[in-house]
Amino acid sequence: MTDTSLPEVGLAVAHAAPPTPEHTSLWKRLPVVRHVRTSVGLQRTMLVTGLVLVLVFVVTAVFAPLLAPYGYAQLSSGDVNFGSQQPPSAENLLGTTVGGYDVLSRTIWGARPAILVIIVAVTLSIFAGVALGLVSGYFGGWVDRVLVVIADALFAFPSLLLAIVVAIVISGGQSSMWGGVMAAAISLSVVMIPQYFRVVRAEVVRVKAEAFVESARVIGAGHLRIMGRHVLRNSTRTLPLILTLNCSEAVLTLAGLGFLGFGIEPTAAADWGYDLSKSLSDVTSGIWWTAVPPGVAIVLTVLGATLVGESLNDLADPRLRTRRAAKAAALSPVTAVPGGVATDRVPGVESIDELEGPSDLFDENGPRS
Amino acid sequence: MTSTTTGAPTGVAPPEPTTPATPAAKSRRSGGHLGSYLLVRFLLIFPTIFILVTTVFVLMRATGDPITASLGGRLTRAQLDERIAEAGYDRPILVQYLEYLGNIFRGDFGTTISDNRPVTEVVMTYGAATLELAFYALLVALLVGIPLGRIAAARRDKGVDASLRITGILAYATPVFFAGILLKLIFSVWLGWLPVAGRASTDAQIEIQRNGAGTGLFIVDAIATGDPAVVLDVLEHAILPALALGLLTGGIFLRLVRTNVIGTLSTGYVEAARSRGVNERRLLRQHAWRPALVPIITVIGLQVALLLSGAVLTEKTFEWKGLGFQLVQYLLARDFVAVQGLVVLLAVVVALTNFVVDVIAALVDPRIRY
Repeated sequence: MTDTSLPEVGLAVAHAAPPTPEHTSLWKRLPVVRHVRTSVGLQRTMLVTGLVLVLVFVVTAVFAPLLAPYGYAQLSSGDVNFGSQQPPSAENLLGTTVGGYDVLSRTIWGARPAILVIIVAVTLSIFAGVALGLVSGYFGGWVDRVLVVIADALFAFPSLLLAIVVAIVISGGQSSMWGGVMAAAISLSVVMIPQYFRVVRAEVVRVKAEAFVESARVIGAGHLRIMGRHVLRNSTRTLPLILTLNCSEAVLTLAGLGFLGFGIEPTAAADWGYDLSKSLSDVTSGIWWTAVPPGVAIVLTVLGATLVGESLNDLADPRLRTRRAAKAAALSPVTAVPGGVATDRVPGVESIDELEGPSDLFDENGPRS
Repeated sequence: MTSTTTGAPTGVAPPEPTTPATPAAKSRRSGGHLGSYLLVRFLLIFPTIFILVTTVFVLMRATGDPITASLGGRLTRAQLDERIAEAGYDRPILVQYLEYLGNIFRGDFGTTISDNRPVTEVVMTYGAATLELAFYALLVALLVGIPLGRIAAARRDKGVDASLRITGILAYATPVFFAGILLKLIFSVWLGWLPVAGRASTDAQIEIQRNGAGTGLFIVDAIATGDPAVVLDVLEHAILPALALGLLTGGIFLRLVRTNVIGTLSTGYVEAARSRGVNERRLLRQHAWRPALVPIITVIGLQVALLLSGAVLTEKTFEWKGLGFQLVQYLLARDFVAVQGLVVLLAVVVALTNFVVDVIAALVDPRIRY
């Protein structure tokens, strides 16, 4: 702790960004891009598959009006009604629901509430969780202790049960699009804030004992500057992992809420969970097309986020990293050495002579006098 | 998870903080004995339950009273006010809160509006069914997750490992109710092998009831009747719900066992054994296997929350008449007093289970108890 040698600081920085001493563009150092570059084999396949699935999900949500053949609450095309529980046809590629909606269209539109829940829930909980964890870990004391107990208590709470309670409060059970989205998002935040809080707090407690924080304090930096500039920046390395896993949880909770009957009304937006709950009775009579598309949509979305999260986790943990990747990483600095030596100079110094000072004061024979 | 989520959570449990953050950790320096650890852990149950109860109370009462929420629109304003005054919901919120805490302390979780039963009685009636389902699911999860996780770790980075890991992630990514619907579609509707829903066929249920007061655990009651046909019937009904709920948790166990075994395989003492010439098969069986299983106990504890959420969804999918099924009925009836009572009671169950799991973990692994 009192050892204020520079190499320690250097190590901490090197940990955050692997050996890339020179001219690495910002693009290559971005979290996910860097991960794709350092991964090999199965791990790379998993990561890339996950990224593709996430991309498809985002594109579907954004361009739903262009991609979907019909609106989410459309019952007829032209003057012809779709009809109820119709099997797949040229008119309705994936058939129609009990309510007479086009299944394919509702499946595509359903990406929208899902992505909204992710955005709202994750934004809320990241800001609150990181801020609380930072302050709590940095200052300690009884506030810290109380917050830790609260976080531990909420951490174990079944998020779906909490979501039900929040859904009742927000919408009294009958949901508009925003009612359903906010119910899922707020209840998720209550469960997710403790996760960010715990992780960030643990990192802050570790980082604040580091030499560079002490140095900053000695220089006279204020608490705000130390927290923001020195502690926070070194405490966020586990956040991408939790973030991706929380995206999966968000989609699953919204779907579960919809399935229990707290979904968004079909006329307000398309909700995968709601459609699945309606398909429950169809299945008994052998109708598969109302259940499978929304279900597959949920699975693919969650799968995408989870694959990205899992890969990031494995790449961050040296024990789990695919072994060939470890070898490749170990080899790369060696190949960089020959080039590295030549550039290893004092900046701004063009030749060795300049280091000797003004030539009229010194020469090979010692000082003139 | 946590989830998860919890979450893993949801689902997959988030990485453990580098320093254990509970006040229990504070006692590390002073105590250091199993007894003091257990005492601190036991005392922590109370603030935990207090926080959960308060959270639910604040959330539920943030906007209004349960009477208006459930009957609003069906009665006139004057009638509503009369009912509200009768139930005491017009008093200051703080008074109500303190009274609520007092009631819970005495074990009174409220009385349902729709059928006027104490919540504790509802739990007594339907709890057994949920317990039975959770038990089957945990059994499936352990039987599937642990052996497959071991195989994946032993064949690390090979094709088997890759396909097992992807299966595990798929199991996590599939919502229980969608898994349930698919299982139902394939095995009940298309193949016709297993019953579509319920806990037992009507005949079996009648025979169980005729046999006298049961435990509510159908499998125990069925065995008590001594009729193999009834036992078979009860088991047939349990297969699909248990698979739907168990595969989700099984995927999480698979991932966990794999990670832990790989972790222990690279520890110093395993390296030492390897350098003595112990073959890989024996290394896994004798050295790396058992220590890798300890964290599973802790994770089972975290899964209780997930299992409960999952049970609610599974029970709705298969019309399994347990607590979750009942909760959905109260939701549809807009009986929010019942919902609040059930949610709080389930939260207490989660808190108690986590305590029991921590105790078991401490007894098994001396490193945990500091």
